[in-house]
Amino acid sequence: MTTEQMTGAQALVRALENVGVDTVFGIPGGAILPAYDPLFDSKKLRHILVRHEQGAGHAAQGYAMVTGKVGVCMATSGPGATNLVTPISDAYMDSVPMVAITGQVPSASIGTDAFQEADIAGITMPITKHNFLVTRAEDIGRTIVEAFHIASTGRPGPVLVDISKDALQATFGFEWPVQMQLPGYRPVTRPHSKQVREAARLIVEAERPVLYVGGGVIKAGASAELKVLAELTGAPVVTTLMAKGALPDSHPLHMGMPGMHGSVGAVGALQKADLLVTLGARFDDRVTGKLDGFAPFAKVVHADIDPAEISKNRHADVPIVGDAREVIADLIVAVQNEHENGHKGDYADWWRQLNAWRDTYPLGYDKPDDGSLSPQHVIERIGQLVGPEAYYVAGVGQHQMWAAQFIKYERPGAFLNSGGAGTMGYAVPAAMGAKVGAPDTQVWAIDGDGCFQMTNQELATCAIEGIPVKIAVINNGNLGMVRQWQTLFYNERYSNTNLHSKRIPDFVKLAEAYGCVGLRCDRAEDVDATIAKAMEINDAPVVIDFVVHQDAMVWPMVAAGTTNDDIKIARDLAPDFENGD
Amino acid sequence: MSMHTLSVLVENKPGILARVAALFSRRGFNIESLAVGTTEHPEISRMTIVVNVEELPLEQVTKQLNKLVNVLKIVELDPSQSVQRELILVKVRADAETRSQVLETVQLFRAKVVDVAPDAVTIEATGNRDKLEAFIRVLEPFGIKELVQSGMVAIGRGARSITDRSLRAIERSA
Repeated sequence: MTTEQMTGAQALVRALENVGVDTVFGIPGGAILPAYDPLFDSKKLRHILVRHEQGAGHAAQGYAMVTGKVGVCMATSGPGATNLVTPISDAYMDSVPMVAITGQVPSASIGTDAFQEADIAGITMPITKHNFLVTRAEDIGRTIVEAFHIASTGRPGPVLVDISKDALQATFGFEWPVQMQLPGYRPVTRPHSKQVREAARLIVEAERPVLYVGGGVIKAGASAELKVLAELTGAPVVTTLMAKGALPDSHPLHMGMPGMHGSVGAVGALQKADLLVTLGARFDDRVTGKLDGFAPFAKVVHADIDPAEISKNRHADVPIVGDAREVIADLIVAVQNEHENGHKGDYADWWRQLNAWRDTYPLGYDKPDDGSLSPQHVIERIGQLVGPEAYYVAGVGQHQMWAAQFIKYERPGAFLNSGGAGTMGYAVPAAMGAKVGAPDTQVWAIDGDGCFQMTNQELATCAIEGIPVKIAVINNGNLGMVRQWQTLFYNERYSNTNLHSKRIPDFVKLAEAYGCVGLRCDRAEDVDATIAKAMEINDAPVVIDFVVHQDAMVWPMVAAGTTNDDIKIARDLAPDFENGD
Repeated sequence: MSMHTLSVLVENKPGILARVAALFSRRGFNIESLAVGTTEHPEISRMTIVVNVEELPLEQVTKQLNKLVNVLKIVELDPSQSVQRELILVKVRADAETRSQVLETVQLFRAKVVDVAPDAVTIEATGNRDKLEAFIRVLEPFGIKELVQSGMVAIGRGARSITDRSLRAIERSA
């Protein structure tokens, strides 16, 4: 162990370097100011100065999603810290490994309502995996190591480290390496072999099994194992919004995305299944619909790294706590053993049914009669022309669902979006962070005009820091998803959903003002050329204003509060589950 | 609904009480009673939490509690396999006329008088919830001026200690 005299601020920078951080997104301010001085000298840390702390947080998420590393954001006390609350909450809901570092007022002033004081540890208690308030320089190094360990192991999540200004300023003897003190933190990753064998037995005995795959499979890096398991069993696979690409969309066993806007095939598969093999998914209400009508005939195998997810929403007949990769690897062996003993599932009838649904009810959309641009067409063409190697980052709303439906994902982790929290404004900063993490890969944000106006100040960051993202604004001039609900459930009373963003602001001029290239497209025949033009520009961020029809709706849809059996493929049009073949 | 007594061993660090209490309220559970104190190991505190929930939600809240990084161990104490005690201090109206009756009641419940004034006595009593509720009912006709109750504390019967294994875990990581 070495000891070196330094300040708490220097210790913070050194500890970040030592745990392997290379990028920090943030904004300085009074309480965090001491940390920014040694940060200025660091050769290993690139600090990206954002325009709003929320941008720093979502950028750290985007960076984490494409690199698999812990994303780091930094802000000052009070409003700096509270501006991080939304991305921290987002990272918590979607299990994104992130460490947020905030300055805090000097420890002697804590609790006095000092200038720019906010109890950010208290505020973020329910939306962090864990958080720390550090008031002694001696504790900074160890706390950083603990924070990164907690954020990145077990079920990943955000960790906040709040450091008082006096701790940053104090001089002390910095020691490295440090020993973690986390006696109460012991994530289980090895699945119980008896449970795995039981799951394998159920798989080969089932007549209508479905592999219900969630974001945990992507987090665990288990896509290769998943493919082997799927092909070994021959069971259909559905991948949730957070698991797009865990199995290639083009794979014959893939039935699509389940949920409120899932495919009829995927929703039908879950509803008629006699066994759900749930891998790193959490029975979210957007997947299950009305819970007591969800998958009514199915036994449930539920594998998750977080024991609290198991039997939280739906009772698990076979609970398996463990890392998805280890669970699937063990399941493969267990199923092989069953096969060797002559027990193999026969799903031929099941596949006849599944294929009938798939053939009868493919995803699709109608083009507007008036010649205006169809948003689904724009998004579909972006996916086709840009290809499966790119990263796609969506905001929240109709465009997000279309990006999930009409872009084909062939590799895990290629689709970033705000799933659990549903944070409008996620796309621009998250795309920025993704591009920093994967500079040689194209990063396309598919954003809505409502979302875009929440965080587009980060275009300045992208232009100045040399982060050439593409932002496709699907501009229908409205808060489209809310408008869709008003159309369907509020008698077409469009209360406060018209943003008039086809008129104000002018997104092309806005892009240019921010040092980006601005393009506009409002005719179907120009879509391909516009996308091609954007792809040619690699020295500046590009914003494309796709002016689209405002009445397009996302189908299929399971209305909130109804069961998946009530899925509609268009307004008042239900699929016939019983008579597919 | 049924009462459950959880013994929760936690690291003795600032803020942990707030984390535990906030988790209960956020997940929609009411705490009936809560008592916290250090254990025979100064680095470990023990919370005794009484909750009124069904079996399944209890399992969920226990799992959520286990996810708190500062929580070391959770044990549900079965009433028949544990000793459960609460303490009350109660100030009862007692003048020359009624004092002897009050003192008789105190004797009957094996409680004790800890303060005497011309028109009131303050009584200390310990016991399980049923006994203390009965005691309070008997005192009520005299006139209860003030009542304060501790949270319940509970300990398992027999020679085994629930802190043993957690302590070893702490030593290993230190």
